[in-house]
Amino acid sequence: MEEIKASYPQLGNYCTPLELLFTEGFDVKYIVPPPITKKTLALGSRYSPDYVCAPFKYHLGNFIETIEAGANTLVQTGGVCRLQYYGELHEQILQDLGYRVHFVNMSKVQDTNPLTFYNGLKEINPQMSLQKIGRILPVVLKMFEYIDEAENFIRKNIGFESSKGAFEKVHAAFLGDLRTVRNKKELKSTYRDYMKLFKGIEINKPTDPLKVGIVGEYYTIMEPFSNHYLEKELARMGIVVDRWMNVTNTLIHYPKKQIQKQIKDYAEYPWVATSMATIDRALEFARKGYDGIIHVKSFGCTPEIDAMPILQNISKDYKIPILYFTFDTQTSETGVNTRLEAFYDMIIMRKETKK
Amino acid sequence: MSKAYLGIDIGSISTKGVIIDENNNIKASEYLWTEGDPLKAVKRLLSALKLQLADSQQRIVAVGTTGSARKLIGAMTGATVVKNEITAHAIGAMSVHPDVRTIIEIGGQDSKIILIENGIVIDYAMNTLCAAGTGAFLSSQAQRLHINIEDFGKIALQSTKPTPIAARCTVFAESDLVHKAQIGHKKEDIVAGLCQAVVANYLNNVGKGKKIISPVVFQGGVSKNIGVIKAFEELLGMQVTVDPNSHLTGALGVALLAKKSRVEKDFFFDITDIEFKTVGYDCKKCSNNCEIICIYKENKIIDAWGNKCENGAITKSQPHD
Repeated sequence: MEEIKASYPQLGNYCTPLELLFTEGFDVKYIVPPPITKKTLALGSRYSPDYVCAPFKYHLGNFIETIEAGANTLVQTGGVCRLQYYGELHEQILQDLGYRVHFVNMSKVQDTNPLTFYNGLKEINPQMSLQKIGRILPVVLKMFEYIDEAENFIRKNIGFESSKGAFEKVHAAFLGDLRTVRNKKELKSTYRDYMKLFKGIEINKPTDPLKVGIVGEYYTIMEPFSNHYLEKELARMGIVVDRWMNVTNTLIHYPKKQIQKQIKDYAEYPWVATSMATIDRALEFARKGYDGIIHVKSFGCTPEIDAMPILQNISKDYKIPILYFTFDTQTSETGVNTRLEAFYDMIIMRKETKK
Repeated sequence: MSKAYLGIDIGSISTKGVIIDENNNIKASEYLWTEGDPLKAVKRLLSALKLQLADSQQRIVAVGTTGSARKLIGAMTGATVVKNEITAHAIGAMSVHPDVRTIIEIGGQDSKIILIENGIVIDYAMNTLCAAGTGAFLSSQAQRLHINIEDFGKIALQSTKPTPIAARCTVFAESDLVHKAQIGHKKEDIVAGLCQAVVANYLNNVGKGKKIISPVVFQGGVSKNIGVIKAFEELLGMQVTVDPNSHLTGALGVALLAKKSRVEKDFFFDITDIEFKTVGYDCKKCSNNCEIICIYKENKIIDAWGNKCENGAITKSQPHD
């Protein structure tokens, strides 16, 4: 039998814990998906329906790139929006293009029962053992959390580093070292060592810096290429960037009840996908007196379009400016930069008059 | 010799230039088509401005650029201020109308709304991904109807019964227009209907969720269209002010910013005789393949951009005077 070489599309820096899960848990070879680039988008757009959301195109392009990098088993997840249909369509398109790969579509596993889910996962490798997964899963989950914690810290400080590139250098080394981690003890010490390094980086932060919170759709907010490196651009302007949306806060510890309670005045009934988290965080950033909020989504993202009128209400009630970005497959930065620069001019002028 | 400041606003459709003196008076101004070649358009603009200044004793001590080609033209002219058009428009409008609360701006490819409170911008929005309801749309429809875009507004005013035209999207509006024309709607009614469609589109997209408070100032190329002004006044139920220089506001704003910055760097009109060119290529240093643009002044690189990381940085020689 051919060796199983599996992969899942790139999202931020999460390929590191996924590699651990696939190799140590599922007992298969993991193909690290190539980073998302213009080529990914060009490939994905060429073979996708024109009106599908941009994350679908990124995933499809990245699937093709991972096949070219040697993958023969591809995994797609389910979701509570159009994401639920991604797998079905991706599989069909790849098949039509003549790629002969094993496609594991987890959206077919409707049941939330862990055992049913496990049986679905078994499609990746029929020989996988529950014991192995059970042993590595806590390490994988903790790794997601540590990556998120480190990146939270980076977002809030990178704009103020004294020597340019210092954070990125440590960040890259951190992610590199995480790849060799095999247990909780190693993970913890790697994390602790690197947090010390991050905190030791010399920064020049004013006492009351500009603060901007980012909210929005799951993929576009987390994959920097798809949002034109928005966070990097904001940091470059000397802004503290805050983003709550990540794997830790949604898939691992999603505070659903708390969110429902907090946004009751703005949205009484439960909504799907990321819309509730978007509203909740926008409200939180507004209450904390942030200087502005940026909302990002891919073109046609219905759950986030639903959240927008509520964001307008929050903007009015708390007098906080919100900038809305819709991304599709355009790659020109001019329009994005113009809006960001104007946003910066506006929030700094507002802050100065408030003083 | 007295000091003067040059502001250039290079949009996708038109290029605007303004020269102001120490007291913010406009000494020279020009408006012409960009024709897809900003470098050439600015050369023509500078030649025209130079002619207007001919006899006066003005020395240009700072240049500001704005509009979508601001970076390119900023490098070309050695600008001391390169500013986004939203801020430039706000500064320009406030210099002429200090009490303005809402700025409506419709240009060739973009439209924006800027809300102002106590002299500062408190909120703004700009169209994304779609150029419906902008000057380019009106121009192409004028062409289809065989009328001059300059006469568009006057013709609209003759209508007593504007034709309803779908405002949601340019493509829908266009097919709606064709159908209405074919079943016999009068030209002036269709033109008036288009003006209303542009306004409805603007209020539904860019203006969505924004509270429009009087005094309202309308600027950008489309503000020259009296049909659109009337449609705005009807739909908003308030007076809309259009300055005679409403098409120059961005250039004026960035000239003011150049003056305010107090950074001085003499500008000479002889750059119209110098050859500037841009060369673009895909960086091959990593898989990102950034599009790098290099600006050459007589075969010498004066600026380059487009790289997302240091690997793609172009080492440029210092620009020579």
